Amino acid sequence: MNSEPMSPIPITPILSVRALTKRYGSSTVVNDLSFSIAPGECLGVIGPNGAGKTTTIRMCLGLTTPDAGEVIFSPPGQPALQMPQDALAIKEKLGIVSQFDSLDPDFSCSENLLVFGRYFGMPDAVIKARIPQLLEFASLTHKADAKLTELSGGMKRRLSLARALVNDPQLLLLDEPTTGLDPQARHLMWERLQRLLQQGKSILLTTHFMDEAERLCNRLLVLDHGQKMTEGTPRDLIAENLEPDVVEVYGAGALALANSPLKELAARIEVSGETVFFYTQDAKRLLTALTDFPQLRTLHRPANLEDLFLKLTGRKIREDA
Amino acid sequence: MRTITRQPSLFSPPQLSWRWWPVFRRNLLVWRKLFVPSLVGNIAEPLITLVAFGYGLGALIGQVQLNGQAVPYILFLASGSICMSAMNAASFEALYSAFSRMHVQRTWDGIMNAPVRLDDVLMAEMLWAAFKSLFTSGVILLVMLALGISNSFWLLLAWPLLGLVGIVFSSIALIFNALAKGYDFFTYYFTLFLTPTMFLSGVFFPRDQLPGFMQVISDFLPLTAAVELIRPLFMGHWPAQGFLHLAVLLTYAVVAFWVALALTRKRFRS
Repeated sequence: MNSEPMSPIPITPILSVRALTKRYGSSTVVNDLSFSIAPGECLGVIGPNGAGKTTTIRMCLGLTTPDAGEVIFSPPGQPALQMPQDALAIKEKLGIVSQFDSLDPDFSCSENLLVFGRYFGMPDAVIKARIPQLLEFASLTHKADAKLTELSGGMKRRLSLARALVNDPQLLLLDEPTTGLDPQARHLMWERLQRLLQQGKSILLTTHFMDEAERLCNRLLVLDHGQKMTEGTPRDLIAENLEPDVVEVYGAGALALANSPLKELAARIEVSGETVFFYTQDAKRLLTALTDFPQLRTLHRPANLEDLFLKLTGRKIREDA
Repeated sequence: MRTITRQPSLFSPPQLSWRWWPVFRRNLLVWRKLFVPSLVGNIAEPLITLVAFGYGLGALIGQVQLNGQAVPYILFLASGSICMSAMNAASFEALYSAFSRMHVQRTWDGIMNAPVRLDDVLMAEMLWAAFKSLFTSGVILLVMLALGISNSFWLLLAWPLLGLVGIVFSSIALIFNALAKGYDFFTYYFTLFLTPTMFLSGVFFPRDQLPGFMQVISDFLPLTAAVELIRPLFMGHWPAQGFLHLAVLLTYAVVAFWVALALTRKRFRS
């Protein structure tokens, strides 16, 4: 038989995106973007507003036709399907929570789930049997017959998630699922998403919250101006791109430090507003030196994803932000 | 590997499946909850018009000469205004209500996250507006029967044909729905198209009263074909050029739906 050394069994990604490009007029919104999601994996796509996140998701859904590239969906043990020609067959197995709620305001929670299940061609009896589970998952059992106007923002987002699960999808595409939620609602949403990952579902998630990305995602993809900036596990990305320690200094005279001999103690310095950020391998010597400036306030912390994000995409506010 | 994807033409044939049915059913479920108020709204206005103009003006006018035949004004008006009601019911639903679902509530976006094509969504909206129109004209027909305005056997045929009138006007309205940026846009459609159409199509008075050039315009209006098709049925016979009018309505329906589909696809591409 084969004499090659044993290699891990290659896992066919559930979703592969290859060389995806989309232009609107002269502006390229998504540029030669490739990525994939393994079964059971959670991939986070982070990037500033206008980076191309939503356009990418829309192309994955076949709602926007790419100018070039391909989107292939191959659930384990089933033949591969390709967008846009197999759009309907793919959507049978997808769950989608879009950035803006599209729940039906005229219906109760249960009715929203029932009506949505019908779009998949599911018989009423099958959907109705699933509704109690879905409501329970969304912590909305007590709101089954409540009108949508009686729901809080967090409840609506959870209902959107429950609705996306009505067809028992293998892959979930979630576009900023927690934007606008308070911390309690956000934590409940995270807990539910983790539960779905434990059940073996795959998730593609876009978010502006770095703590969310770090908590939920196995892998992250940083997108800016429609291009992939970098990709990897949250931990690796921080280790590869950043010094381990950050010292933030602010207060009267802080800005002068950026050009003082102290800068020799940092690998990299960034100035934003009234604050100087020292990125360093060794914070100890810097902190000792800073004791000579008692009027300044300092904050010493480990480098995090937010630092990475700002390093890669810049601190400037985007025009459409 | 690079694959170049070509966008299918906006005017490519409709890709339809039975998935329009759950979308239609969704609208039906909403409507069932709002049944009574919407019934009153749909029926009250056409009946007020009929009573005010028919009995009020009818007393002054008495009879109208139509192709050499004397027709009581109330019968003349009833057979024309029911076409107008079918037109209005379909237009309101396919403009204001469809726009709410498409743009304001993002209902269509939600539906298309499921395996339902835009073409099916549009077909559902078109048929839904036509269904509401059919319902409205059905109730008005019953009232007209009760008032004894006409009891022709041909009314049984008039009703489904009024459904076709609903299809024509819901398809035309969906063109404007696809182009709309907001509700204000529909005011133009109503004041610049539907209102003149009402007066030019022989609903309130015979078309031969119109100046020559207006008669030419009138000849091409879909509501004219509808009135010319439906009115003789009220008087108990199949119209002289019935199949021509039917062909005009069918052409309007097919062309308008196709254009509406192309423009809606364009709207959803950007």
